[in-house]
Amino acid sequence: MNKVTKYVLYDIVRNRFVMGYTLLLAAVSFSFFGFDPDPNKGLLSLLNIILMVVPLVSIIFSTIHFYNSYEFIELLSAQPLSRKSIFLSEYIGVAASLSLAFLVGVGIPTMLFEGTERGIVLIISGLLLTLSFVSLAFLAAVITRDKAKGMGLSLVIWFYFALVYDGLVLGILFSFSDYPLEKVMLFLTALNPTDLARIMVLMKMDISALMGFTGAVFQDFFSTNYGLIIALSVLMVWVVWPVALATRIFNKKDL
Amino acid sequence: MIRAENINKSFGKLQVLRNVSVSLPQGRVVAVIGPNGSGKTTFIKTLLGMVVPDSGTIYVEGRSIANRHDYRAHIGYMPQIGRYPTHLKIKQLFDMMTDLRKENAPKSLDEDLVVAFRLRDMFEKPLGTLSGGTKQKVSAALAFLFSPPILILDEPTAGLDPLSSELLKEKIQREHGNGKLILITSHVMSDLDELATDVLYLQDGSVQFYSSVDDLKLGTGEQKLGRAIAQIMSKTAVLSKRAEAIKI
Repeated sequence: MNKVTKYVLYDIVRNRFVMGYTLLLAAVSFSFFGFDPDPNKGLLSLLNIILMVVPLVSIIFSTIHFYNSYEFIELLSAQPLSRKSIFLSEYIGVAASLSLAFLVGVGIPTMLFEGTERGIVLIISGLLLTLSFVSLAFLAAVITRDKAKGMGLSLVIWFYFALVYDGLVLGILFSFSDYPLEKVMLFLTALNPTDLARIMVLMKMDISALMGFTGAVFQDFFSTNYGLIIALSVLMVWVVWPVALATRIFNKKDL
Repeated sequence: MIRAENINKSFGKLQVLRNVSVSLPQGRVVAVIGPNGSGKTTFIKTLLGMVVPDSGTIYVEGRSIANRHDYRAHIGYMPQIGRYPTHLKIKQLFDMMTDLRKENAPKSLDEDLVVAFRLRDMFEKPLGTLSGGTKQKVSAALAFLFSPPILILDEPTAGLDPLSSELLKEKIQREHGNGKLILITSHVMSDLDELATDVLYLQDGSVQFYSSVDDLKLGTGEQKLGRAIAQIMSKTAVLSKRAEAIKI
């Protein structure tokens, strides 16, 4: 499998878009940490940018890349290779290159300015967020043959997780504000990888007091190692299930 | 040796292949022809496992290809449009393919076309910078590189300059002499006239006829393959019009 991955990775790393993405992340990270003497604030601002930009870039770039590689994938499928290994090679190639961009652009500055447990949680959650949106992109791309539809689907997925989902959750909170919803909130958070990443970092930052009683429940849950491991595992599930489902679909797909 | 038995395939409501049964023996050059949308590409894709038939079985070298991928080591495929990762160099593409197929490949690679097309001079160029014709040469060289017993060439001469097209045709003839089975789809009848020993004519997804070029020319009394095919095509067109008229 890594025979193909090696070359996919080589190809993407030389892509100008990925280089630009790395530079953008690096510029944002350095400026946030540089402007504010309090690295805590820098980390918080960086978190907000990461939660919007990383999923968007990961899902859009991966979708475009998949459609542009269609003829190459066809050629590979005429070689003595299984469908599964072709698909996973592509996935690993794209996921590894975007992760590399994130590690260079955000990982290095964060470790320089805020190499604490908080910084590390931010890096890990950003990394898993990248992987999970690449996964979702591959799922969207494999569902439809039409590039425009695939791109549309990817954008809808991003919109849903970045903007719509939080609106829905707020709506639920207001309509059922008479009931104790803390446990429900905990569950709802697990259904959105972006929220999971956000909460994981926020809970390392002693600002949960601002979040009321729900914040206290979250603090109880996520600040323990046990909670952190659960959150990480759920985020991992968000990496694995879309790509696993996509592989199943690709296995039976007519190219 | 390829044998297809009762292949059916539909995309949604559209049936693209209807009960296609053919046997393609070694040592023949089979021209797969038919009007646009007649199912040629789909037929080729089913042989390569890119499209899975709804029913029917395909045997390559005597074994069914269902749920297998190792049989493709016996096939060299030249796609109609070669699009490769843009930043990869030609050399890297060749390295990758060699890496993928070395277990089943002969010790010495067949670099005839690499030499004929002077690809070595361009080995360090990224694939994204190549012209359409050069990409076509890369695809052709890759298809022949591992001397597979079966070659499937989709519109091989489209986009090639006259000289390269001649070089490729010479290579096809040489490999025919080596007893290989070669499948070619093309709309260029003069090319097929030079190369093909048999014609597989598809229309609306079913085999209209499958016979040797000599029989075809004899039957129609034409000297050129193009004219022979045209004659049969117009006959079938008249027939189908009559059939429609009767229905009305």
